[in-house]
Amino acid sequence: MRVTVNGEVMEVPEGTTAEDLVSMLGHRTDRVAVEVDGEICPRDRRGSFVLTPGQRIELVSFVGGG
Amino acid sequence: MMRESPLPGDVASRLSGAKVGVAGLGGMGSHVAVALARSGIGTLVVADFDVVDGSNLFRQCYLPKDVGSRKTDALRETLSAIEPDIRIEVFDGRLDGDNAPGVFSDCEVVCECLDQADQKAMLVESLLLGTGCTVVSCSGMAGFGSSNEIVTRKRMRRLYVCGDGISEASEGPGLTAARVMVCAGHVANMAIRLLLGEDKP
Repeated sequence: MRVTVNGEVMEVPEGTTAEDLVSMLGHRTDRVAVEVDGEICPRDRRGSFVLTPGQRIELVSFVGGG
Repeated sequence: MMRESPLPGDVASRLSGAKVGVAGLGGMGSHVAVALARSGIGTLVVADFDVVDGSNLFRQCYLPKDVGSRKTDALRETLSAIEPDIRIEVFDGRLDGDNAPGVFSDCEVVCECLDQADQKAMLVESLLLGTGCTVVSCSGMAGFGSSNEIVTRKRMRRLYVCGDGISEASEGPGLTAARVMVCAGHVANMAIRLLLGEDKP
């Protein structure tokens, strides 16, 4: 199925969760914030949050320093 | 001494009526807070758990006399000296997913200036979930890269991220006050733009 991740269309397997997507893209789950269709998908819900076709996901990864 | 805002009256009154949060008072947050105070923001909520260390003086907006003081106390003194009418609310402690929404509950904008990547992600997530504020965050301001690589991006409905996105503090050539202040300027200016109704990065 197709979803849009950070503005780019991506093909992912049926049943992919938000957590799966974070690791598929090589990110550490504790260093990212995830929004699905304009709503925050918090880390404790990502493992059970199954993506559906056409969803728009914004995945923001942070590096240290402040 | 008379202090008169150089800003148009409606802009000055909008900013003096605003409440903005600054989470983390290190190199980023201390400079962001000073920029916001000088710009005439009426109320700042400043949060940090740490004490000023001598090594902070190279990069953070503290003075030798502040070493050993709570960062919240030292910065409050600096901000009040710059702008005597400013209202400062202090949270002296570690921010976490449970307490952050309460600390910044009535802020229109919160500037995320924490140090660790996982803390940044945690704070952004908890503020976007637990408050109605817009978050201006920062990611990637270490090293000696070009100032022009530091940009402001709108990444989510209520999240802006400033920085080059890649220069991590724990690796490479360390942090300089100069590049950190470039990024701090981005954060403070985006906060001000949001208060004035501008949502473009």
